[in-house]
Amino acid sequence: MEKKIKVLIAKPGLDGHDRGAKIVARALRDAGMEVVYTGLHQTPEQIVATALQEDVDAIGVSILSGSHNYQFNKIMELLRDKKLEEIVVFGGGIIPDEDIPSLKQMGVKGIFTPGTSTETIVNFVKENIHK
Amino acid sequence: MNLVEEALKGNYRAIARIITMIENDSPEGIAMMKELHLHTGKAYVIGITGAPGVGKSTLVDKIIEYLRNEKKKVGVVAVDPSSPFSGGAILADRIRMQHHFLDEGVFIRSMATRGSFGGLSRTTKDAVKVLDASGFDFIIIETVGVGQDEVDVVKFSKTTLVAFAPGLGDEVQAMKAGIMEIGDIFVINKADREDADKTEMDINAMLGLNPKKNGWVPIVVKTVATTGEGIKELMKQIDLHRDFLEKNTSFLYEKEIYKSEMEIATILKEKLFERALEKTKAEGGIRGYAEKVASREIDAYTAAEKILDTFKCCSN
Repeated sequence: MEKKIKVLIAKPGLDGHDRGAKIVARALRDAGMEVVYTGLHQTPEQIVATALQEDVDAIGVSILSGSHNYQFNKIMELLRDKKLEEIVVFGGGIIPDEDIPSLKQMGVKGIFTPGTSTETIVNFVKENIHK
Repeated sequence: MNLVEEALKGNYRAIARIITMIENDSPEGIAMMKELHLHTGKAYVIGITGAPGVGKSTLVDKIIEYLRNEKKKVGVVAVDPSSPFSGGAILADRIRMQHHFLDEGVFIRSMATRGSFGGLSRTTKDAVKVLDASGFDFIIIETVGVGQDEVDVVKFSKTTLVAFAPGLGDEVQAMKAGIMEIGDIFVINKADREDADKTEMDINAMLGLNPKKNGWVPIVVKTVATTGEGIKELMKQIDLHRDFLEKNTSFLYEKEIYKSEMEIATILKEKLFERALEKTKAEGGIRGYAEKVASREIDAYTAAEKILDTFKCCSN
C-alpha cells in the first residue's frame, strides 16, 4: 500500500463560513490525499488533539474572523508542547499582507489569501511533505 | 521511544503512530502487531453499520457520552470511503463527536477504506487491536455508510448494531440478504419522524422470519440520537447482549475463531498474490497473462491455473 498524505483541515474561531475550507478539502482529496475535516468553531486545543490522534502530516487552518495571530500562535505553541513540530502548518482566509511575515516567523509554512488556486495549495502540500 | 511499550501504557501518540504504520503496510508496523496481539481480547467491541445519513456518527457520539459517564475508556475507529478515482478521502465522522476531542479517556481515529469493499478498511481490525491492547474498555467501529452486503463489521465486533432511519426503503429492502442478517440490535434512529412505527413494524416482521441466531433474538430499539432519547435503552440492550455472550462462552469462542480464520485468510490471500506477482515477473506479471486473455489466446481460468503452476516447483 502506497503511503498517503493525511491532512487536517481545521476551522478555528467564531466565523461560520467554511466554504473555502471545504473547497480546499475537496481539492486535496481529488489530489489523492486523506483529509480529516472536523467542522466549525474548533479551539486550538481541539485541533491539536485531533492532529495527534489522527497522526496527520499537515494542518490547514482557515480563518476569516481576524483572530489569525492568536489562533496560529496558540496552535504552534501546542504543537511544540506535544512534540509535534514535524507537522506542516499552513493557512488561508482573510489575512492582511502585513501579518504574513510574523505568522511565518511563528513557523506557519504557507499562507494563502483569496484568489489562490487550489492547484497552488495542492502543490504546496506535496512539496512540503516527504513521504 | 519504544512504540509498543508506550502504546501498552496508553500513550496516544504511540497508538496513533502504530496505526499509521499499519495503514501504510510498513514491516515495522507488522512486527508491532505481532507483539500487540498477545495483549488483546480485553476490550468490548461494538460495531455500528447502516446506510449513509441514518445518524451513525451521532449515535456513536451519544454512546461515547454514556460510556464516559460510566468512567469507561472509549476508542473509536470511524471509516469513510476512499474515492475509487483519486484514492483520496474526506474523513468527516469526527464532526459529530466534537465534545469528546479533549477528553483524555477517548481516542478517535478516522480511516479511509483504501479500496476495501466490506464497509471497513483492510487495517480497521488492526487499529481495533492496537486500541484493545492499549487498555480501552470499549471500542466502537463505525463503518462507511453501507448499502446491503457490506458486512465485515460483524467479524470484528462482539455486538453489532444496524442503524436505520424511518422512510428509507420499504419492507422489500428489509428482506434482502446482507446487513439484515448481521444485527444483534437494530436501531431506528430519528424515531421522532413520522413513519418510525411503520419502519419498526417492517423490521420486526422481517426479523420474525429470520432463522434463530444461536438463541439471541435480535431486538429493535428506537432512538433520537440528536437529543439522546433512547440511548439508555440501547445501552441496556447492548449490556444484555454482552451478558448473553458471556453466558454462552462456546458461541463467543466460535466467534473469536471465525474472526481469526478470516484474518489469516486475508493475510494469506495477500501474501499469495504478492508471491504470484513475484513468480510471474518473467512473463510480464499478471499483465502479461491479461494480454493473452484479452487477445483470446487463452482464457482467464487457464491463466490463473498457469500462474498457480509456477508455485509447484521449489518451495520458495
